[in-house]
Amino acid sequence: MTSRRRTTIVATACLLASTAMSAMLLHNIDRLRPHAAIEDVLYVDSPKVLKRASLGFDGLMACIYWTRTVQYFGHRHFEHSESYNELAPLLEITTALDPKLYPPYQFGASFLAPAPPNGAGQPDRAIQLMNFGIAHNPDNWQMYQNLGFIYYTELRNYQKASEAFERGSRIPGAHPFMKIMAAQMAEHGGDYTTARMLWTATYDASHDSDIRRNALEHLRAIAVDETVISLQNAVTRFGERTGRLPSGMDELASAEHFPGIPTDPDGNPYQLTARGLVVLARPDDFPFVTKGLPPGYKPSALPKFHVKD
Amino acid sequence: MAAIEILALEKTYMVGFWRKRPKRALHPLNLTVEDGEIFGFLGPNGAGKTTTLKILMGLVFPTAGSARILGRDWSDPEVKAQIGFLPEQPYFYDYLTAHELLDYYGQLSGVPAKERKRRVEEMLSRVGLQDVKGVQLRKFSKGMLQRVGIAQSILHDPKLVFLDEPMSGLDPLGRRDVRDLIEQLKQEGKTVFFSTHILSDAESLCDRVAIIHKGELRGVGAVEDLTSAVQGKIEVIWQGTQIPSSMKALGAECYVSGETVRAALPENQQDAAIDALRRERIRLIAITPLRTSLETYFVEKLQHSQTTAGKTS
Amino acid sequence: MNSRIAHIATNTFREAVRDRVLYNLIAFALLLSAAAILIGQISIDVERLVVVNLGLTAVSLFGVVIAIFIGIGLVSKEIEKRTLYTVLSRPVRRWEFIVGKFFGLAGTLVVNTFFMGIGVFGALLYVAHRFHASDALILVALYFIVLEFFIICSLSLLFSSFSTPMLSAVFAFSLFVIGSFADDLRGFAAISHGLTHWVATAVAYLVPNFSALNVISAVAHQQALSPQLILQNTLYAAFYTVMALSGAVLIFERRNLK
Repeated sequence: MTSRRRTTIVATACLLASTAMSAMLLHNIDRLRPHAAIEDVLYVDSPKVLKRASLGFDGLMACIYWTRTVQYFGHRHFEHSESYNELAPLLEITTALDPKLYPPYQFGASFLAPAPPNGAGQPDRAIQLMNFGIAHNPDNWQMYQNLGFIYYTELRNYQKASEAFERGSRIPGAHPFMKIMAAQMAEHGGDYTTARMLWTATYDASHDSDIRRNALEHLRAIAVDETVISLQNAVTRFGERTGRLPSGMDELASAEHFPGIPTDPDGNPYQLTARGLVVLARPDDFPFVTKGLPPGYKPSALPKFHVKD
Repeated sequence: MAAIEILALEKTYMVGFWRKRPKRALHPLNLTVEDGEIFGFLGPNGAGKTTTLKILMGLVFPTAGSARILGRDWSDPEVKAQIGFLPEQPYFYDYLTAHELLDYYGQLSGVPAKERKRRVEEMLSRVGLQDVKGVQLRKFSKGMLQRVGIAQSILHDPKLVFLDEPMSGLDPLGRRDVRDLIEQLKQEGKTVFFSTHILSDAESLCDRVAIIHKGELRGVGAVEDLTSAVQGKIEVIWQGTQIPSSMKALGAECYVSGETVRAALPENQQDAAIDALRRERIRLIAITPLRTSLETYFVEKLQHSQTTAGKTS
Repeated sequence: MNSRIAHIATNTFREAVRDRVLYNLIAFALLLSAAAILIGQISIDVERLVVVNLGLTAVSLFGVVIAIFIGIGLVSKEIEKRTLYTVLSRPVRRWEFIVGKFFGLAGTLVVNTFFMGIGVFGALLYVAHRFHASDALILVALYFIVLEFFIICSLSLLFSSFSTPMLSAVFAFSLFVIGSFADDLRGFAAISHGLTHWVATAVAYLVPNFSALNVISAVAHQQALSPQLILQNTLYAAFYTVMALSGAVLIFERRNLK
């Protein structure tokens, strides 16, 4: 074998082995540095400083920070984390670098306001962020939608929510539904119909999978809540008619002439407790429900993003 | 044992924007260089001389064929310890001094430390650079660089030395020094392979020559044989511009140049010519055998290849 | 064989040291360390922070510039100017040449970093008036910077083995910039789909991971660094360097030197 061939073989072997080892080590190092993406934010949370450090490549840096934000959120989600302290600074930095980048605002609306483990639990900062977005994007009616969304879902301030939708509806090109939502919130703030309209609009308006999943979960919860209320009313009617509680859901179903045993959106039948309460078979599958929870049920601390495919 | 054996060595480059057009730099070349001889590799510029040398040095890889140097394959790294190379228009690390450069090259050639010290000094004085050994090479003239080049090629006492245009850039004194050096190398028993396009150098130094043109070998042979007196003629040179009629009668071709006349005659007329001049009281300057110069042979070979140029690419 | 590599390395080191570009760059970097003191004094309480941040960034950036320009100069220039012909006509293997060049260049940068590091520590002493235990972390940051340099050197050699000096410099510098955002590249690969995902992942893993080696912010804020991280980074840098050098050897072995 010529020395040249020997060198080629050794060099090729080294190349392949070291490439594999590098990739593997890289993977390991990644795991050792969970805060990598947000290091800057931990140490320098002033958007102004970062803007200056970007040397004019603001647009690019905004994209990079946006990518980091999404990864950050997904990462912590995956680890069932309890807090999202860095979410607000990340979003603030991203929007400071590029105020016209829309997705961060939408993301902030969905996840800055709700309490942990579903979000950062900082509705004030969320409102601040939306106002910043409105100031820099006065022609974007969707900003108002996001603002109204926060007031409605987290702060339960139907008045302010309605105002936001109203202002947004006045922008040329706004979706007609803005006006409808304004009216709806003013008059029927606490209604399930209103909530359903809003969550459906949120689901439709976004391409982000996190936001859509969140909206979907809320819609499922609304469906369950409404069904449980109507089933509970049926139990009451049964009780008034027969003077006793139904022995089970099947008895109730036949008495009320239901097409079949009522099931939740996942297909599991609702259950009737001994005390006559309508409950879900698997309450953990339905974060955000307020009705149909068994007595003494403690929701798990897991972030509630479960959607069965 | 032959010092160099080249067998069907070929090199084709791919040229053009997409590298699809083949360009033949070297047609299958067969050549043998014997031990202890000075071999001249001649040809016009672009003939393929440097390509051949680079292949032998392992700087360029042949498309086909093989070569053996000192009995080993050209790609054998150990063979390099016994050969020296002077490239055309050499360029060296200009931040080093001549002394440092030779020392470095000695290290790379595997010369042991003690001997290296001695040899470096020896080489520097042999090429006449001992006075400037501490000067950085960036300050050297072309001629001085050439000398350094020669020094590094023989520093490690190689058996075979390759020189590419060793006389280039040298003044007449330098050229004479190099010529003397090459002859010394031969006397030391080394084989010298040098390529040049200056024929007079080759004629005076080489034992054998090869002529290459457009990548093809045109002729090989001992200098003597190639330029031997083919026609058995002599040349007579005499003073003055007079051409005696008796000379003409002998069939001399005369040519007046300045204050002398040169005449070519058949060899057997030598005595008659001398008598003719004496009778006319013309002063004889010289009588020499008339040889075909290497130049004539060279040009003839090239012209022959031009006429067959249609066939060669 | 080993002695030839050592000789080539020594010669490379000597060449780098005698190259005047080197001195200009070092002087500039030291100047920047001095400037850090000035800037630090403008905003009180953060002097130390500014000195460490700016000082280490200067060491890193200038070192990269030196690594790229001298590294490429050493090999590409040599190939272009044909100094290589007389070297390779000796019993030097082509791979020994590459490896020797690498060690010479790496050695130059280690020495270089050493002197610039002294500059940083000097500036630090000036503003803080004494050293703290946590200042040892700066040594770790410098060590990581040296690892970065090794990677850059090997990449410079890789590109020089087949490309012109200008292009090699551009490639090497681009990889430095991209490598500094390697985390983001992997993040982007993680959230993309289909073909983009695979291509981005492949690129993200091949690009040198400088973001992991850049601990300047952490050190400035006196954050501890795990020994695991130090070990893994060292191994990563070693393997990556071997990878790039193997590539360089494979290419260079085959190259026709015109």
